[in-house]
Amino acid sequence: MKIRATQAIMECLLEQGVDTIFGYPGGTILNVYDELYRYQDKIRHILTAHEQGAAHAADGYARSTGRVGVCFATSGPGATNLTTGIATAYMDSSPVVFLTCNVTESTLGKDAFQEVDITGIAMPITKATYLVRDPNDIPDIIREAFAVAAMGRPGPVLIDLLKNVTGLDVMIDYEPLPKEEHQFHGRLADLRKRAGWDLTPPAPNSDDVDKLVELIAHSEKPMLICGGGVVRSRAHEEFRTLAEKLDAPVAITVMGGGGFPGAHPLTTGMLGMHGSRSSNMACDNCDLLIAVGCRFSDRVATDPAGFAKQAKIVHIDIDRAEIDKNVKTDHHIIGDARQVLQMVNDRIPSYQHPAWKEFVFSHRPKAPAESDILTPYQVLRTLQQMCPQDTIVATDVGQHQMWSIQHFHFDYPGQLITSGGFGTMGFGLGAAMGAKLGNPDKTVLHMTGDGCFRMNGQELATVSHYDIPIITVIFNNHTLGMVHQWQNLLYGGRFSQTDLNFAPDFVKLAEAYGVRGRRVTNQAEMTEAVREALDLGHAYVIECIIDTDETVRPMVSAGKPITEFLLD
Amino acid sequence: MTQTISVLVENRAGVLNRITGLFSRRAFNIESLAVGVTDDKNISRITIIVDSGNNVVEQVEKQLNKLVDVIKVRTLDEKKLIGRELIIVKVSTSTKTRQDVANLCQIMGAKIADISSTTMTLELSDTPDRVDLFESLLRPFSILEVARTGVIAVQKGSGKI
Repeated sequence: MKIRATQAIMECLLEQGVDTIFGYPGGTILNVYDELYRYQDKIRHILTAHEQGAAHAADGYARSTGRVGVCFATSGPGATNLTTGIATAYMDSSPVVFLTCNVTESTLGKDAFQEVDITGIAMPITKATYLVRDPNDIPDIIREAFAVAAMGRPGPVLIDLLKNVTGLDVMIDYEPLPKEEHQFHGRLADLRKRAGWDLTPPAPNSDDVDKLVELIAHSEKPMLICGGGVVRSRAHEEFRTLAEKLDAPVAITVMGGGGFPGAHPLTTGMLGMHGSRSSNMACDNCDLLIAVGCRFSDRVATDPAGFAKQAKIVHIDIDRAEIDKNVKTDHHIIGDARQVLQMVNDRIPSYQHPAWKEFVFSHRPKAPAESDILTPYQVLRTLQQMCPQDTIVATDVGQHQMWSIQHFHFDYPGQLITSGGFGTMGFGLGAAMGAKLGNPDKTVLHMTGDGCFRMNGQELATVSHYDIPIITVIFNNHTLGMVHQWQNLLYGGRFSQTDLNFAPDFVKLAEAYGVRGRRVTNQAEMTEAVREALDLGHAYVIECIIDTDETVRPMVSAGKPITEFLLD
Repeated sequence: MTQTISVLVENRAGVLNRITGLFSRRAFNIESLAVGVTDDKNISRITIIVDSGNNVVEQVEKQLNKLVDVIKVRTLDEKKLIGRELIIVKVSTSTKTRQDVANLCQIMGAKIADISSTTMTLELSDTPDRVDLFESLLRPFSILEVARTGVIAVQKGSGKI
């Protein structure tokens, strides 16, 4: 049937089950927004304060729901404002479809108003980019884009449509096609024929699994790493079964948070630069290290050449290019974590490793001391005790992020939303909005610092307007904490440009946006504030005043072996 | 040591950009790169020569395989490939040196593509080693301009990528 090109865009989004879009309109994308107006009963659009906020929100929505997020922006500055959000999604393998519009064909390449080559700019930070110059390509390209974003190792894609392609008088042929059928038609059918681009993950090689089973049988000190792949493939149950059958300690990477229960007796906590002593010691003493869906980043394998050198390293990943990229491994299995772990679990008996576990868990840290001045630990403990157990936590980046991940327990994929790879300050608020809109029944916390909050704090306007009840917790130490910590430890206490004592009054700022806020300085006030926030049922900002010299512990310096602790 | 990687890609706008962008982003060095359309006009073949040290070839191959526009990637066996490069070189000549240059061309199997009172323009299609040799032998005659295509290659025998 013949329909408007813009109508085809909406129909294609509906084919994918899209119900929420985050975005910001502008000159070149006017036609698409005009169509969106007609579809407002079917597709909800959240207008953010800034395109970056929209990008993070779509990302947070995707991470917390496991579905593909969608974000709209106009050409030029609208498109470039997305780039930090696109890169954040790319580094953490989050499936988001970004849709931008560009100038008309006749002015393309002529440096027209608000023209930028966004498909060129986004190339290294997307799985694929599409420049649509022929309106007839719209259905095919949108279907391919969604499939590419979600398949294999997920990630962002960008579709850039020329304005004339979206003209309101442009009619194209559109045949409705259920999502399951997409792979048998058009470009996707071609793509499917190629090795490596199968829409369903390739079955793990049975011999590779057998080899792992054999390595497990010979291991006396096995250890597991739970990486982001466990979260992305929702393989948490299979992973838990493996850990329990192996009776092996489990270290969890930043991206792996939620892949294995945080309070499970086998959990050693985070691994690497700010990893726990148990995790890092286990990694340095195990004889078999099974890493699932992790990429041995420089924050985990701080010294890649010496990382778990004594152990046989087995890498399970869906992305072949991750094998031997950072750390040389002894064996690998390519495939979806869920499928691989299922196969492994079916082939192994249950083991017991009491002596090995005793060694690993003998390195548990002491409980932090109580204090009259509010400490990060008190803030986190209060939140953990008072918020429901399935509370979603979205963080920004820095000290508060590390504290949150160290102290909270995450029990299911999508419970922790954090910018692990790209380390994007200002990610949290947008991500929390997306997470809350995707999970209206869950409590959502936005953990942030005074530095991060100022980067995208304007999204409080969005939170307020749409009445998105998220609780923002600002750790205000009046400094750029993580950089301050490095300066203190590694730069002789020369605090170059990290003093943030000139911040606005965050409580008043929240109030200006129509969001209730409160400043707290001790445990009792903190408890009251959390009670008030939870009872209110609307957005709430808690500003926690903490000491400037609070540190993230333990800490290993970049480039050093993970057992050489700079801070205990 | 160098390695030859042959890549079949969709013949679409921006694809070459994506491939070369991947190389710069991943800090892989390209020694040479040649692109041309294949018998199927929708498909181009890119022949890339990279330094084979440090596990680079394996990473290049895996990363290329992740690109949507890439159809096939194959690292060619250096002993079993036909690799050729075209060089066009313009040298300064006089009546005295013209014959020497012509002799050199004959020995190397190069063609004289153009001639003027003060220059000769020569072309040679051969293995990269022989092209290097040809270029170095011409150096004493004062080279004015050189254009090289980069290597294109296919496997020997009946196999194809």
